[in-house]
Amino acid sequence: MSTLALSHAPGQSRRMPQLLIGLAFVLTAIFVVAPLAFIFWRAFAGGWAVYLANITDPLVLHAIWLTTLVAVIVVPVNVAFGIAAAWAIARFRFPGRKLLMVLIEIPFSISPIIAGICYLLLYGRQGLLGPWLAAHDLKIMFALPGILLVTMFVTAPFVAREVLPLMQAQGSEQEQAAVTLGARGWQVFSRVTLPNIRWALLYGAVLCTARAVGEFGGVSVVSGSIRGQTNTLPLQIELMFNDLNTTGAFAAASTLTVIALVVLVIKAVLESRR
Amino acid sequence: MSIVIEHMTKSFDGTSVLRGIDLTIESGELVALLGPSGSGKTTLLKIIAGLDWPDAGGLRVHGADWLHLAAQDRRIGFVFQHYALFPHMTVRDNIAFGLTVRPRAERPGKAVIAAKVNQLLEFLQIGHLGDRYPTQLSGGQRQRVALGRALAIEPTVLLLDEPFGALDAAVRRDLRAWLREVHDETGSTTIFVTHDQEEAFELADRVVVMGEGRIEQIGNADQIHDHPASPFVARFMGATIELPVMLNAGRTEAQGLDASRLQRRALPDGPGTLFLRPADVTPLADPSGRWQIVRRTSNGALLRLELTDGAQHFGIDLPRRAPEAQGLSPGARVNLRPEAGTIFPGPRTSQPTAATTEFPRKEKSL
Ligand SMILES: Nc1ncnc2c1ncn2[C@@H]1O[C@H](COP(=O)(O)OP(=O)(O)OP(=O)(O)O)[C@@H](O)[C@H]1O
Ligand SMILES: [Mg+2]
Repeated sequence: MSTLALSHAPGQSRRMPQLLIGLAFVLTAIFVVAPLAFIFWRAFAGGWAVYLANITDPLVLHAIWLTTLVAVIVVPVNVAFGIAAAWAIARFRFPGRKLLMVLIEIPFSISPIIAGICYLLLYGRQGLLGPWLAAHDLKIMFALPGILLVTMFVTAPFVAREVLPLMQAQGSEQEQAAVTLGARGWQVFSRVTLPNIRWALLYGAVLCTARAVGEFGGVSVVSGSIRGQTNTLPLQIELMFNDLNTTGAFAAASTLTVIALVVLVIKAVLESRR
Repeated sequence: MSIVIEHMTKSFDGTSVLRGIDLTIESGELVALLGPSGSGKTTLLKIIAGLDWPDAGGLRVHGADWLHLAAQDRRIGFVFQHYALFPHMTVRDNIAFGLTVRPRAERPGKAVIAAKVNQLLEFLQIGHLGDRYPTQLSGGQRQRVALGRALAIEPTVLLLDEPFGALDAAVRRDLRAWLREVHDETGSTTIFVTHDQEEAFELADRVVVMGEGRIEQIGNADQIHDHPASPFVARFMGATIELPVMLNAGRTEAQGLDASRLQRRALPDGPGTLFLRPADVTPLADPSGRWQIVRRTSNGALLRLELTDGAQHFGIDLPRRAPEAQGLSPGARVNLRPEAGTIFPGPRTSQPTAATTEFPRKEKSL
């Protein structure tokens, strides 16, 4: 902090900001660009054919499919939840409103692995609800429902956090105007509320997607890492890495990286439109 | 559509915002709600619109109970202070909104809606702006769009919350005359909220003065100016001078005060307070006068004299070229002759506005 303050002191040359900017670039290169470049370099180390073979490995394909499925289910659910929560908090005064605001933030402050363990203790075979679930032939842990639950938990805040400040800043006058003009609840939402928050909503959904696709910690606890069944892409990558199949791991990682980069570009575009 | 409001009360989190409002507005009337910030004007308007609900009281419009009618079904036109236009729609779509959200069975055809919008755009004198977005408009233009959007549903009651609050003086004056035309042409019952006395008196058939959740007085400019119903109204109408006086057989008496121009009042003998506007006081030069001139400033046309008698300090205004104004310079002493004023029984309260209730609410005039 003190160095920053110094740069504003009269008489100080332009050196300090230049130094800081340079430092930022160097650090970004070391910590961000280099590993990314390394992933692609290693992924293509064996040539294009090997890369393709690695990517089209049935286990990897299954992991890609499972990860996509998780995202396709989790993101819409969280969009709906995020809008509902933000709407309720921004528009209404009700007991427990502050509590709800805090609860929405919890997934950000809790390590995902702890979330995974909580779910395991609750729904696992030895868990609190385990016997009941077993009796009704419901399988949540080490299966798709468990992965979905944990991913939803971890990504729950993204949409609500993006949409809420906008809704609060905008106030409810436009919605009230729509009501006096005769619009019913659904019309108010679809024609006034939604268009107003659409960019923030998309932005939140993009962040949510990125996280849903990349989530590792929580999912690794509840998925059981069953090859070809409950392995999402991040888990599959770790598995291949542990199997000393580094080229394969890097190839799989490169697909995840491409997804992340695409999301990043969408995010940048959305940000510039806001 | 006549509007009848009865014994209406409303509080937010235990704070009373409306403390028993009784008001009847005739069909086709144009009424102004005038009052200081926080007096409950917007709250009252929102309750009439169905955007808020009272704790108790009645609201009947054209004989029908409106408190049990959803806002959507009241068919009122509401114009918000900050316009509340839909930013993602063009001016045209904003104005058409109230028609396009109607249930299919009642919705006019596309061509009918387009024709109606065009007609409104012409009427509002913004025909060339139809395809713009609200952010591309000036404040006055936005105001017209907001009004157009409200008028499109052919409301029988038009409610405007400080419609010209955010505009500069010239535009305000323009829009004021124009709003009167709109009102006369559409024949709607109109209530508008304002802070601005001039606006209220110039535009409205009747002015309702509100203070701290109560109706303090209802009347036209002359009635409210000359016969304020309470110290609150007197102060709000610009009577900034409050002189302690004695009432004696209806006559007003105080040292240094020439009360010959004041009417006699049927008030009980005893202490009273005389409320004066700075322009309604004539200074009479007198070497042994009660007040001393502390400062003299001029804006060219008007002269302002700051006076003190040691205990109280206030300013009076007079035309700079008036004969009485000659020879009045700082240090000179004067007595005062009020040309008009209002007396309320009871001693002067040290905190203006805070303790209006200490006074009886109605001045008894002769
Ligand atoms: N939703 C609300 N929750 C709590 N208090 C409110 C709410 N709306 C208004 N109030 C309070 O009610 C009082 C009256 O508010 P209102 O908006 O009716 O005043 P107003 O006369 O329109 O004032 P202004 O001229 O500043 O617009 C204020 O003290 C305000 O703080
Ligand atoms: Mg208001």
